[in-house]
Amino acid sequence: MTINDFLLMRHEIMLVLIALILLIVDLNLKPTQKPWIIPVAMVLFIIHIIVGFLPAPEGTLFGGMFRSTPLINMMKNVLNIGVFIIMLQSYTWIMKPENREKMSEYFVLMFSTLAGMYFMISSGDFLMFYLGLETATIPMAALAAYTHHQTKSAEAGVKLILSSALSSGILLFGLSLIYGSTGSIYFTDVAASFGAAPMQVLAFLFFFSGMAFKISLVPFHLWTADVYEGSPVNVTSYFSVISKGAASFILILILYKVFFQLIEVWQNVLYIISVLTMVVGNLFALRQKNMKRFLAFSSIAQAGFILLGMMAGSQMGMTSVIYFVLVYIFSNLGAFGVVSAIEAVTGKVEMSDYNGLYRTNPRLSLLMMLAMFSLAGIPPVAGFFGKFFLFTSAASAGYYWLVFIAVLNATVSLYYYLMVVKAMFINKSDEPIAFFRSDNMTRAGLLLSAVGIVVIGFWSQVYEMINNLSVGLF
Amino acid sequence: MTDYTYTLLIPLIPLALFLFTGLTGHKFKPVVSGLIGTTGLFVVTILSYMTAIRYFWTDHVEGMGYTSLKAFETTWIHFSDKLTVNLGVLIDPISVMMLIVVSTVSFMVHIYSLGYMKGEVGFARFFSFLSLFTFSMMGLVLATNIFQMYIFWELVGVSSFLLIGFYYTKPSAVSASKKAFIVTRFADLGFLIGILMLSFMTDTFDFQTLVSPTGPAITQVGGAAFLGLSGITWALILVFMGGAGKSAMFPLHIWLPDAMEGPTPVSALIHAATMVVAGVYLVARLFPVYSLAAPDALHVVAWVGGFSSLFAAIIACTQTDIKRVLAYSTMSQIGYMMLALGVSGYGGHDGLGFMAGNFHLFTHAMFKALLFLGAGAIIHAVHSNDMKDMGGLRKYMPITHITFLIACLTIAGIPFLSGFFSKDEILTAAFHHNMPLFIIEFAVAGLTAFYMFRLYFSIFWGKETHYHHTPHEAPATMTIPLLILAFGSIFAGYLPFHELVTSDGMPFEAHIEYAVAIPSVLIGLLGIAIATIMYRKQTEIPQRLATGFGYFYNWAYHKFYMDEVYLFVTKKIIFNYISRPVAWFDRHIVDGFMNLIARVIERSAYLIKGFQSGRIQQYGFVFVSGTIALVIIFIYLW
Repeated sequence: MTINDFLLMRHEIMLVLIALILLIVDLNLKPTQKPWIIPVAMVLFIIHIIVGFLPAPEGTLFGGMFRSTPLINMMKNVLNIGVFIIMLQSYTWIMKPENREKMSEYFVLMFSTLAGMYFMISSGDFLMFYLGLETATIPMAALAAYTHHQTKSAEAGVKLILSSALSSGILLFGLSLIYGSTGSIYFTDVAASFGAAPMQVLAFLFFFSGMAFKISLVPFHLWTADVYEGSPVNVTSYFSVISKGAASFILILILYKVFFQLIEVWQNVLYIISVLTMVVGNLFALRQKNMKRFLAFSSIAQAGFILLGMMAGSQMGMTSVIYFVLVYIFSNLGAFGVVSAIEAVTGKVEMSDYNGLYRTNPRLSLLMMLAMFSLAGIPPVAGFFGKFFLFTSAASAGYYWLVFIAVLNATVSLYYYLMVVKAMFINKSDEPIAFFRSDNMTRAGLLLSAVGIVVIGFWSQVYEMINNLSVGLF
Repeated sequence: MTDYTYTLLIPLIPLALFLFTGLTGHKFKPVVSGLIGTTGLFVVTILSYMTAIRYFWTDHVEGMGYTSLKAFETTWIHFSDKLTVNLGVLIDPISVMMLIVVSTVSFMVHIYSLGYMKGEVGFARFFSFLSLFTFSMMGLVLATNIFQMYIFWELVGVSSFLLIGFYYTKPSAVSASKKAFIVTRFADLGFLIGILMLSFMTDTFDFQTLVSPTGPAITQVGGAAFLGLSGITWALILVFMGGAGKSAMFPLHIWLPDAMEGPTPVSALIHAATMVVAGVYLVARLFPVYSLAAPDALHVVAWVGGFSSLFAAIIACTQTDIKRVLAYSTMSQIGYMMLALGVSGYGGHDGLGFMAGNFHLFTHAMFKALLFLGAGAIIHAVHSNDMKDMGGLRKYMPITHITFLIACLTIAGIPFLSGFFSKDEILTAAFHHNMPLFIIEFAVAGLTAFYMFRLYFSIFWGKETHYHHTPHEAPATMTIPLLILAFGSIFAGYLPFHELVTSDGMPFEAHIEYAVAIPSVLIGLLGIAIATIMYRKQTEIPQRLATGFGYFYNWAYHKFYMDEVYLFVTKKIIFNYISRPVAWFDRHIVDGFMNLIARVIERSAYLIKGFQSGRIQQYGFVFVSGTIALVIIFIYLW
């Protein structure tokens, strides 16, 4: 293997290596020494991030099954940063007595699913894509059931594995139809001979349903709320941010690369699904009282916005999707970080528990406010620009009505995001959550998300950089 | 070309100071924040002077004009291929001149405030706001494009709001800060529309492109005519509206006197020397466009300036609050500057007015800051703003007395002091280009001398007042800035402005025109003489004159009832006939509709909750149905 091959596959190779190293280290540690896993995992992952930022070559491996480009490399880098923040924010939770026993599993499982997603992003044919999909999904169910002594967590794991089995089945059905109609599973071959014959449309729709499950688009989203609620908070944030972001990247790559001849079909499919997703996601989010469920549904609504960028089919569309995911990682992790810090220390997860939080924990409240503003898209924080670019790209493709519907939905979402802010700053409480200090790791994670929320909005070079690497259909 | 990239530090250091003292100020003793801020400003001042010396002398090739150059520029937002919003640093004669003005006055005010604000609650906050202001003002001055200028323009407004309302427990300070903010914001609405029109017609925000005599703004005198004026003229008039708001020109001046509620060093910095001249700077910045593409807009500038200066001078003669006298005097002097720009032509000796306006801006910054800081020292000693509570202070406060006298002589246009040179150039420019305005300004020169010496004599001579505590001279932190600024007021006039700051960058010959200079000095002396007779000793004359003028005196004393006019228009007309119906519509129709939507949304949220049953088999059912529905739609129906 040459150094160039390594550079092409560096993310995947590094992740598998890290997972193996962690397993070996774990075998040699006594139960009391388990916390050593954390620094090892952190250091290795930081090295992984740095390696990821080395200059990226372009090329294929394994006869075209695996490919990498600077664009794909950048998508992986974006996700790496998100995973790193989650690792920092998990510290308090993972150090709890009932979790520290098996903390290496947490990291190993997380890195395995991440490697699976990276294989999917880099896949050059449907076989590699499907292998990646399963590599990503199965450890995810284990992660959801990580605290399996709690019924809810176990339930989440079972629900996730059952629903993904169903979605994988339908997706595989679609793939087999694709193979049947084109005689190949390589993206380049499929793209060349794929038309809009009914069977091909059928194949595409089955494939799309499977992907829609991953991004939790309505009506393929029903697993989301139960799984998000049952899983440990940090796993939930991993699902809602990393898994969703990766799946969006994969979907946009495949739509642009493989199914571009079907553009009229998928633009309409995305149109319907995005309206449904935004509306239903918002309607559910309105009623939630539990912070985790609330964030789960709000993240469904956010996924609806992502589709607006995909639909454009232009370079700007792709840029706006990647940019939005980057912003969304920071904003959502800011929100999840606060929820997880509070849950880890006090065990409280209801929105009403947050009443009067500003008086006792002003910094956490300010960060939460920033995150809520960013998710709602209030200028000048980054979330505003994320939504702004998505809407612009949809509008420049002529989808004015859709943008109008999206703006209305953004307004509705503003209502429930502000409910959280209101609870923290205005509502009074007889027993607010007492002041507490998080550990340094968690604080670093929170700080990182806050910096991201503020800086990305102002630092336009980020957008330019993404734009230079993105490609469009036309 | 030489590298000026370091000028980026000039706005960035104050920004860092603001963040640092603002976020961590409560952790040290207050005085530490003050010292940090002052030290930082010292560095900024050094950098500004270095830039000025390099730009005007070291790097300048003899005989060549001064060109404008971009020390730094980065694209901030891409609007379209043609239109981008950039952030950068523009170096040209007027921006370098403003660097000197802003850094000098700001640095002096920082030192002064160390003494003046000692022991105040919120000392650290005060210094962090000062840094914020300096950052914004520097960003405004160095803006490479009109959009960047607008951003910093608003930031300047915010810092002014924060500083006027610094004593936020005092209701009058709170309402003054609101008034200043709302009035200037209203004016900025015009500015924004002007910017949009300009950029729409020219496809650029960039100053260098806008003012280039071969650029789109000037060569394609464009835009559909409206009410007999071309589009670009309207755009520039609207831009000037923003400038008039910030520079307190009639009729948008009403916020300036009230802004005196802020701490006096703030009045010296923001409301005398820097922010209020932003409007002048704006017109000067776009001057070639005004002059070559829209002379009509320039006439508006000239007449608004001329009228404001007369209007304010008359009011200043009747006020008794010393800071308000100075505020009206500021408005009057800014009127001078506007007028100078307004009567100016482009290029060569025709551009005399442009040079004179900027020259006066420069000298005025020195002597007006000096006057305000002197007034601050007096208020500090007497604990009152009203000249009725003062008198005979020359014995107690010798340094303040001498420096204040120098400033009064300077503003009155006494020869060999800086004010004489700049005012003389303005009058000469008006004399050659617009006779009616020259006559107005000639009268204002006399009024200025009169009201300044009325102020001077009432404070330092006049009746023997008995004070509760014997007034004492201000501490060294306050007197040293006074002395430095007095030095500036005396000698700033000897700078060869006609070689440095000209409308087209080329030097021209300027000399004192005796036909204008002699009468203007004489009328200044006359004003002083009358003031001496009336106020040197306590006499009956002022009272008699006031009754003699009767109604007119009362009108002027009540500032021509401008505030009442505004109140009448807003409260009686706008509130009653526009706001009330709108409020009714809003409350009943709009809110009703919104409530209906909210109820529908809540209802539907309730209705669909059945889907989220928790039963996995149902989830699967929905999933498969969704897929099938898509298949049916896209294969059979579509």
